[in-house]
Amino acid sequence: MDFLSIILDILLSAAFWTAVLRIATPYVLGTLGELLCERAGVLNLGIEGIMTLGAMAGWMAVYQGADLWTGVLVAAACGALLGLLHAALTVPLGLSQHVTGIGVTLLGTSLSYFVYRLVLPQASTPPTIEPFQPLALPGALAQTPLTYLAFLLVAVVAYVLYRTPVGLAVRMVGENPAAAEAQGLNVTAIRVGAVMAGSALMALAGAFLTLSAFNAFFFNMVNGRGWICIALVVFASWRPGKAMLGALLFAVFDALQLRLQQASGGVLPYQLFLMMPYLLSILALVLVARRASYPRALMIPYRKGER
Amino acid sequence: MRLEPRTDTPLALRLLAPVGAVVAALALCALLVAWTGAPVLRAYGLLFEGAVGSRFALTETLTRATPLILTGLAAAVAFRAKLWNIGAEGQLYMGALAAVVVGGGMLDLPAWALIPVVMIAGMAAGGVTLLGPAMLKVRFGVDEVVTTLLLNFVVLLLVSMLLEGPLKDPMGMGWPQSAPVAEAAELPKLVERTRLHAGLTIALGLSVLLWLVDTRTIWGYENRAVGANPRAAAFAGMPVTRIMLRTALLSGGLAGLAGAAEVCGLKGYLTLDLSPGFGYSGIVVAMLAQLHPIGVVGAALFIAGIFVGADAMSRAMPVPNYIADVLVAASLLCMLVAGLLARYRLRRG
Repeated sequence: MDFLSIILDILLSAAFWTAVLRIATPYVLGTLGELLCERAGVLNLGIEGIMTLGAMAGWMAVYQGADLWTGVLVAAACGALLGLLHAALTVPLGLSQHVTGIGVTLLGTSLSYFVYRLVLPQASTPPTIEPFQPLALPGALAQTPLTYLAFLLVAVVAYVLYRTPVGLAVRMVGENPAAAEAQGLNVTAIRVGAVMAGSALMALAGAFLTLSAFNAFFFNMVNGRGWICIALVVFASWRPGKAMLGALLFAVFDALQLRLQQASGGVLPYQLFLMMPYLLSILALVLVARRASYPRALMIPYRKGER
Repeated sequence: MRLEPRTDTPLALRLLAPVGAVVAALALCALLVAWTGAPVLRAYGLLFEGAVGSRFALTETLTRATPLILTGLAAAVAFRAKLWNIGAEGQLYMGALAAVVVGGGMLDLPAWALIPVVMIAGMAAGGVTLLGPAMLKVRFGVDEVVTTLLLNFVVLLLVSMLLEGPLKDPMGMGWPQSAPVAEAAELPKLVERTRLHAGLTIALGLSVLLWLVDTRTIWGYENRAVGANPRAAAFAGMPVTRIMLRTALLSGGLAGLAGAAEVCGLKGYLTLDLSPGFGYSGIVVAMLAQLHPIGVVGAALFIAGIFVGADAMSRAMPVPNYIADVLVAASLLCMLVAGLLARYRLRRG
């Protein structure tokens, strides 16, 4: 069988598209969360740590006896709290969004590991929970509820951003905070709120990993997914619909490399395939860099009465 | 009440800021320690003892500080020029990779010649790794934060691939590790029967050298000017792009050197767990030092002490040693606030 027919076989199987939608889910949620923060003018490099905390907190809540949806809520609340920390330091205080974000990532990650180790001091094999089950629907539609929620949220975020006064306010503080201020809007409050909501979405992306995709929490399980989401936001030029398409396209490539890895039967080192998502993200950034239209106030702190 | 920038930050405040930040971080993390049920003061006492309480502890802390000084310098020189190099972890591994390739017996040289060659190879490998993202930044305007972060994962996979492939030690009992470097490539020990090696001397020498370059040469002046305001620097006739790329080579090179020194001074061979996040901790070191090359030494010693001391403490108490990572992260965030308080003052009205 030649290469093309292998690829064709893969693309025509329902199992492949099931995998694509599953792989895309955390990217959809994470990208949507980052997009919301950046549309309000705040780069959130805390995403990797927020996803880790969401994964740990959601799983831990369920492991301690809560039901799955409570776990999802706990994850979202923890994400919003870390988001509040990031926002408090970068919005009213105007600290470097780069360095604060890295700090939030370090904090979220280390806090997750600390709590996990504290509760489970010597778990050599990670304990498991009963995760979300796929709905009984035919073919690629047999997904867990969180996947459906992720795609629903794309529509919700798009609607809110482009069709409601709240969304207009969010976009405005990300483009021209001084003008927003002149309209009587509270720039600080809107930015803080957007970062908290976005961070809650990032935590949902993490919770999907432990409550849907797997049934346990591993160290390093987020594995750079957050950073890829940041690249996807640029690739999507800050639009929710495009972000979803970008995440799907990315998931197609990721699912494809997994299957090609199996099909190649170990002729090529598996690491080469695992590198693809990261290299692909860099490539995507290079491709769109020239025409990227950043929110104009992205990474610029706003203080009343200062220009 | 509003914040007003100071025209001039007194030296005492600049020195007080990191101290205040560290105290605040320790106080915040005391809540976590208390949550575990361990007595807080005794836990911190054990941490302190484990870091500096004995000759052994002290040499361990110094050993741990060696790569942190280098990655701290890597972050400091890059951040000074507003080049957000978050990829020191990957550059460190590239340096280590170059060290085991060049120092692995392909050159038959005496130690006085081989050690410099291996170290320079490590620097070159690290520098080139950052040159890529830096070129993408100056040529296409691609944000270097994301590209350097993503490259960390690519480099780790590359190292993993080589350690399971061409670089795998045939005598390694099947473990993915490289063959040891030649004996002539090993850095001499500074203190007998400890792990402390000459990498520390190199790191200390470089921080003094960088401080001199920074304050006494045109090079350092240009770097600072580009960091402060690239447009103004360009109008003043400075070759901004070239300065950026030069800074990238230097920053990546310092991180690469950290990897080469760890291999040749401490481990002797390369594994996938060579660095427990030295690249990321280097960012915290640089921020605590307020990007000052000499300050980096003090900050690196502090962070190293936290890690070494927390290991000792968690052996005696039911406090997971991840408390060290939490402390480091909290120090970074507290330092950002402390730095702000030092640069601004509160004004009524």
